Amino acid sequence: MKRYLLQRIGFMLITLFIIVTATFFLMQLLPGTPFTNPEKLTESQLAILNAKYGLDQPVAIQYIQYIGNLVQGDLGYSFQHEGRTVTSMISDRIGPSAFIGLQALVIGAIIGLVLGIVSALRHNSILDYGSVTLAVLGMSIPSFVFAALLQYYVGVKLEWLPVALWEGYSSTLLPSIALSVTVTATVARFIRSEMLEVIGQDYIITARAKGLKENQVIVKHVIRNALIPVVTMLGPLAVSIMTGTLVIEKIFAVPGLGEQFTLSILVLDYSVIMGITIFYSALFILVVFVVDIIYSFLDPRINYKGESA
Amino acid sequence: MSNTILTVDNLHVAFKTQTGKLTAVRGVSFDLKKGETLAIVGESGSGKSVTAKSIMQLLPTATTEVTKGDIVYNGESLLKMTKRQVTNLRGSEISMVFQDPMTSLNPTMKVGKQIMEGVQRHEQVTKAQARERALDMLKLVGIPQAENRLDNYPHQFSGGMRQRVVIALALACNPKVLIADEPTTALDVTIQAQILDLMKDLQKKTDTAIILITHDLGVVANMADRVAVMYGGKIVEQGTLDEIFYNPQHPYTLGLLQSMPKLNEDRSQPLLPIAGSPPNLATLGEGCAFAARCPHTMTVCHTYTPRDTVSETGHSVACWLQDPRIAPSEEAAELVETGNSSL
Repeated sequence: MKRYLLQRIGFMLITLFIIVTATFFLMQLLPGTPFTNPEKLTESQLAILNAKYGLDQPVAIQYIQYIGNLVQGDLGYSFQHEGRTVTSMISDRIGPSAFIGLQALVIGAIIGLVLGIVSALRHNSILDYGSVTLAVLGMSIPSFVFAALLQYYVGVKLEWLPVALWEGYSSTLLPSIALSVTVTATVARFIRSEMLEVIGQDYIITARAKGLKENQVIVKHVIRNALIPVVTMLGPLAVSIMTGTLVIEKIFAVPGLGEQFTLSILVLDYSVIMGITIFYSALFILVVFVVDIIYSFLDPRINYKGESA
Repeated sequence: MSNTILTVDNLHVAFKTQTGKLTAVRGVSFDLKKGETLAIVGESGSGKSVTAKSIMQLLPTATTEVTKGDIVYNGESLLKMTKRQVTNLRGSEISMVFQDPMTSLNPTMKVGKQIMEGVQRHEQVTKAQARERALDMLKLVGIPQAENRLDNYPHQFSGGMRQRVVIALALACNPKVLIADEPTTALDVTIQAQILDLMKDLQKKTDTAIILITHDLGVVANMADRVAVMYGGKIVEQGTLDEIFYNPQHPYTLGLLQSMPKLNEDRSQPLLPIAGSPPNLATLGEGCAFAARCPHTMTVCHTYTPRDTVSETGHSVACWLQDPRIAPSEEAAELVETGNSSL
């Protein structure tokens, strides 16, 4: 187990390093520089700014310096916000994003599980077809379309919930719901197909042959076994929520990390782009890692201890 | 007759398919007596497993249907019972062992728990008592270090050991009838013998009647008191072990016996297969299902379905060759002779 964990952590660091490197050089390919000139700076002012942030150095040197700082946990200063560290910007902004994201995950997982389980149990019924259709719609229509629809109908017409901005709990609901649609659809589809597969297994017949009541068979044998692989969905779902927040936060004017990220890309705030990318990547890599560990506890057939199974 | 615990009478089971109903079991009748072993043999698709599963009513109701006939357990029709009553019988009165021990246990549940579940469902016992029973059962089926094995998962057992667990699970509530659907097919030969011995042994201890479904005549010879040979969804011949092995009357039974390799014969001698292939149940009409492959076909075989001809000892055959309404022909006599001489 220990050996496996160390190996995994090693690979995680390598992955992160590759992401950092790729992002760093890709970012250089973006047209323009952080200080192209909305404020009509003079040549000498630009030279001073570039020198201050190290942009006058060759790219390779900048890269080495960046990695050097990164290893010490220093993500640098923002190019656009005088004197603010990237770390403080991330920690200021992470709250709303995390809240919306987790809330979307919970809403999506619950509705998705219910839909998926019901449609598997009523396989080939109208209920099943209905929820499969919903799931396909939910997966194929991007979340910002739902966001706009929700804003218009729930926010503007019905005036049930705030259209945008970040003013109390009620403003978290629409963005979370918009984000949760993809989660709902993915979870519903996944649990449905898992359930149908488990229902067809021989051990379900064994359970019935024992004389277990149908609800015992469904709860203890079918749902339990179908739920285990759903944990693996957490990784991809986390990604879809993270990318979702980029757009959703913009639409709902939520002061979150995603909104900051899009903003930074627009103004080429190199260090902030790098910082948030690294943060998102690290988070994702961590989620995948945690999922694998959890899985080994849920499914007795999987162990990382190197014992023979 | 009072000795009879289970009666299957003229059972017809149909699958609902897109092109209409497909009758897979077309009139199966047999009696099972307390403590005896009845082997149902036949090739793939002959309706053995469907018959077995319809006794337990484990066939999916969405796609299958008992269209005719009855199944009577202890004087009560299983088909007329409520779903609840049938569920109460499953596992406690009638149990089943399945073909593939690799897939018939829940992979994420400890085996002890899987045995306990059934016990707790049918009997008023505490968790500790159920666990005790599970332990006793594992010991009974010969699993070494049973105490430690209770908390193991199925993947920590070998195939043979898993089948022992499945048997323990099936017998945990002392059922009167055990249906074993090809219990040794997925196991290698030495393990097969162990499992069969175990089943015989347990039968002696518990006096459970066994319906043994198999296509392996070796297994039949080893285990059965009586044998029913199935072909095309029907029982074509039924009798005691000796009657079937030493005095087979139906050409199909004879064909099965002749196609078995024999140890005392010259090895260069090729095996004798039954020519042709099993019938397509969708297109089977009147007449004997075996007629197309039978070496002794007569005109009548193609047009009329043969009835059971039953001897005084209860040996029954569904074949026109044995039907008293047809004058005994030389052909028939010859068949019986070759049957005897080849064994």
